[in-house]
Amino acid sequence: MSKDLPIDMPPEAPKEDSRPKWDNKFQYILSCIGFAVGLGNVWRFPYLCQIHGGGAFLIPYFIALIFEGIPLLHLELALGQCLRKGSISAWSAISPYLGGVGVGSWMVSVLVSLYYNTVLTWVMWYFINSFQEPLPWSVCPLNENRTGLNEECYESTAVNYFWYRKTLNITPDITESGTLQWWLVLCLAACWAIVYLCTIRGIETTGKAIYVTAIFPYLVLTIFLIHGLTLPGATEGLAYLFTPDLNVLKNPRVWLDAATQIFFSLSLAFGGLIAFSSYNPPKNDCEKDAVTVAIVNSLTSLYASIPVFSVLGFKATTGYWDCLDRNIISIINEFDLPEQSIMRENYTDWITFLNSSYPEKIAGLKLKSCDLQEFLDQSVSGSGLAFIVFTQAIILMPGSQAWAILFFTMLFSLGLSSMFGNIEGVFTPLLELQIISKSIPKELLSGIICLVSFLIALCFTLSSGSYWIDIFDRYAGSVPLLVIAFFEVTGVVYVYKIKRFSEDVKWMTGRKLNLYWQITWRFISPLLLLVVFVAFVALQIQKPPTYTAWNPKHEDFPMKEEKAYPPWVQAICVLLAVLPCIFVPLVALFQLVKKMWRSKDLSFLSPEVFSCQEVNRNFSHPKK
Amino acid sequence: MISSAPHPATPSSDSRSKPCHLSACHFTAFQRRYLREPQTHLHLQLSSWLCYAWDTNEEYLFKAMVAFTMRRYSSKTTTQISNVLLCNVTDRVSFWFVVTDSTKNTTTVPGSEVEAAIRMNRNRINNAFLLSDKTLQFLKIPSTLAPPVEPSTPVWLIVFGVVLCLIVAGIVFLVVAGIQQRKKKNKESTERENLEDKGEVTITIENGIPCETLDLKAGHINGVFSADDERFTSL
Repeated sequence: MSKDLPIDMPPEAPKEDSRPKWDNKFQYILSCIGFAVGLGNVWRFPYLCQIHGGGAFLIPYFIALIFEGIPLLHLELALGQCLRKGSISAWSAISPYLGGVGVGSWMVSVLVSLYYNTVLTWVMWYFINSFQEPLPWSVCPLNENRTGLNEECYESTAVNYFWYRKTLNITPDITESGTLQWWLVLCLAACWAIVYLCTIRGIETTGKAIYVTAIFPYLVLTIFLIHGLTLPGATEGLAYLFTPDLNVLKNPRVWLDAATQIFFSLSLAFGGLIAFSSYNPPKNDCEKDAVTVAIVNSLTSLYASIPVFSVLGFKATTGYWDCLDRNIISIINEFDLPEQSIMRENYTDWITFLNSSYPEKIAGLKLKSCDLQEFLDQSVSGSGLAFIVFTQAIILMPGSQAWAILFFTMLFSLGLSSMFGNIEGVFTPLLELQIISKSIPKELLSGIICLVSFLIALCFTLSSGSYWIDIFDRYAGSVPLLVIAFFEVTGVVYVYKIKRFSEDVKWMTGRKLNLYWQITWRFISPLLLLVVFVAFVALQIQKPPTYTAWNPKHEDFPMKEEKAYPPWVQAICVLLAVLPCIFVPLVALFQLVKKMWRSKDLSFLSPEVFSCQEVNRNFSHPKK
Repeated sequence: MISSAPHPATPSSDSRSKPCHLSACHFTAFQRRYLREPQTHLHLQLSSWLCYAWDTNEEYLFKAMVAFTMRRYSSKTTTQISNVLLCNVTDRVSFWFVVTDSTKNTTTVPGSEVEAAIRMNRNRINNAFLLSDKTLQFLKIPSTLAPPVEPSTPVWLIVFGVVLCLIVAGIVFLVVAGIQQRKKKNKESTERENLEDKGEVTITIENGIPCETLDLKAGHINGVFSADDERFTSL
């Protein structure tokens, strides 16, 4: 009786056993959607719609989606699913010379994770402050001798004061670092603890968490949609947002913004999508997945812009009414007219009458001109939208605490589900590196990642932290991604060869690649990426980079002061943009040198570039 | 003539007016920035904020309140209602008032004194008219702003503590569960190894060769004949 092998074990251990996998397909799709749908869908897309001609912006947006977004997304998902490895190993497997692409995308994931979680820190800070009555950003604090309100608050608004002073405690200049803000440090620690909690065992834990963090924002958006549409002034806001102005299509800037928005919105080139799809079974329809995720992401942007603009319309209308009321009271005081004689409706008639009869008195009152359009035109994007404009609108709603809590929990879920993708883009390649020994438990590795990231991100809690976050957002999270995506497409199409890749995709999905994918992958997407990259860089170089600083001593306060970056900061900007990209040629060069050095040794065999089917040959269906 | 130049009221961002209910008069803040010539000028807002019509009776009450205020402030019991004079009453319910001193003939009490007195008893005057600092304005008399009520522990710290406790509990639970799972897996794999050994042992017994003879503690093993101690030749 042979006792070489234990009886009950199969002849070959299948490779899939050691690699974690998704509990079900829905979890995977939800994770991809959660990664793609982030804060930008709420605070960047509506802003772009607004400044680029409303409904007309949707035209370049959908064109970019069809020719750039969906093809690149399909490429990444197919790649990860086929090679079943994280970004670094996957690109090294495609070709050793392309290993730098993986390292570059890993680097970008690291940099973006650092500052993205600090934005979530701000959201958490606002969340925990939403449990008070009245909301802390609705009233100005008193000054020292209690004779009046705090001056900085009085000159700007209570909302601005709470954001710039009480939250950020911002310095007037990026070179003045200030100190660590202890309340932000606490919130940062809590945020990284939450990230650790959810990513502690990789997709085993994020897969469970994603059910909540990906679905909850849609619930809240629906609630805000219903509530927003009932607010006065909502229709003005929506009309303003969606009224198309087709003239904007002549402006190339609009096309550039649409292309970059689609690109960054889908979270391409981070390596996170490759990591997610690497946990799939190889025979999975990645084509359908890609189209689904891309379309859901775009529809979410549209869906989110409706409540955002209803609320902004409400805020503009309220501001307009306040302006009118103030003028009315001034006039009533001046002319001692009885109450209720001038109402908002007959304000213009009264003004014309009084202007003709008593022009000097009216001029002496220094009335502000109230124009609803002007209020609607005050467009903000980014953190300003969430923490200044929206918080102001929330104060005006009855039951502000509930709305604030809902709003900030929604923002936190949106950001957290994107963080999962970022962290997975960092975590999965590290797990596969030979340097990390197999005996280190996953919990420890993710703990180390979160701890190190927390310590580095402490510099964003300095008083000048938000200026640095803007820098990271503008330079680390933009240009490198375009470069990496370009090399991704060209690498797969021209190095790995599209013919072989088509075979692999056909093996995975069961369908031949149709013409759309062939054309977009071969020509349109790389070309589009190149054009976008060149235009983007050209725009950045055109003028020296500046930033707007909050300076209470500025003469135009509360307008922000425009300042130029000092040279050492500019050097850091360039470093951030170049560092991830530099790995692409570096690694290629390194491999070339290694090959040349080794080619002298005759026993060296050229590395085999293999295809997906060979990788998955051992992968057998459990029933067989 | 007492003059106290009007002083702008503290501005507020909320200028909604609410309808007047007789049962509970709620007065929301209003904004008024208003500067006039230095006279004592009192502003009230009617109809939106007052639950009653302003008539001579109300004026009488006002005079009484001012007289009461002067009495309390200067501890003089000589100020009479007749000492308070109102003039220039407009429809908007704004008027001038002066306080005369009956002890000294036809002199008026200095504006600063009246101001100080009113400031001291502002609350009582407001309550008499069911108004607040913002709706009953004495121009040129700023109200000392009440500091907002601050709890000893900021509320946000409490919420933060709750959130952090939940997170730490979750992390501890997951880490412990992971360690337990790993221990179980290790135990399972050692059990499986033991099972393999036992399998060999049973095979040897099935082969008819008892294993006790291989026990080194009993008996004596002939080194020549004991070949590999683990394997038997296969049949």
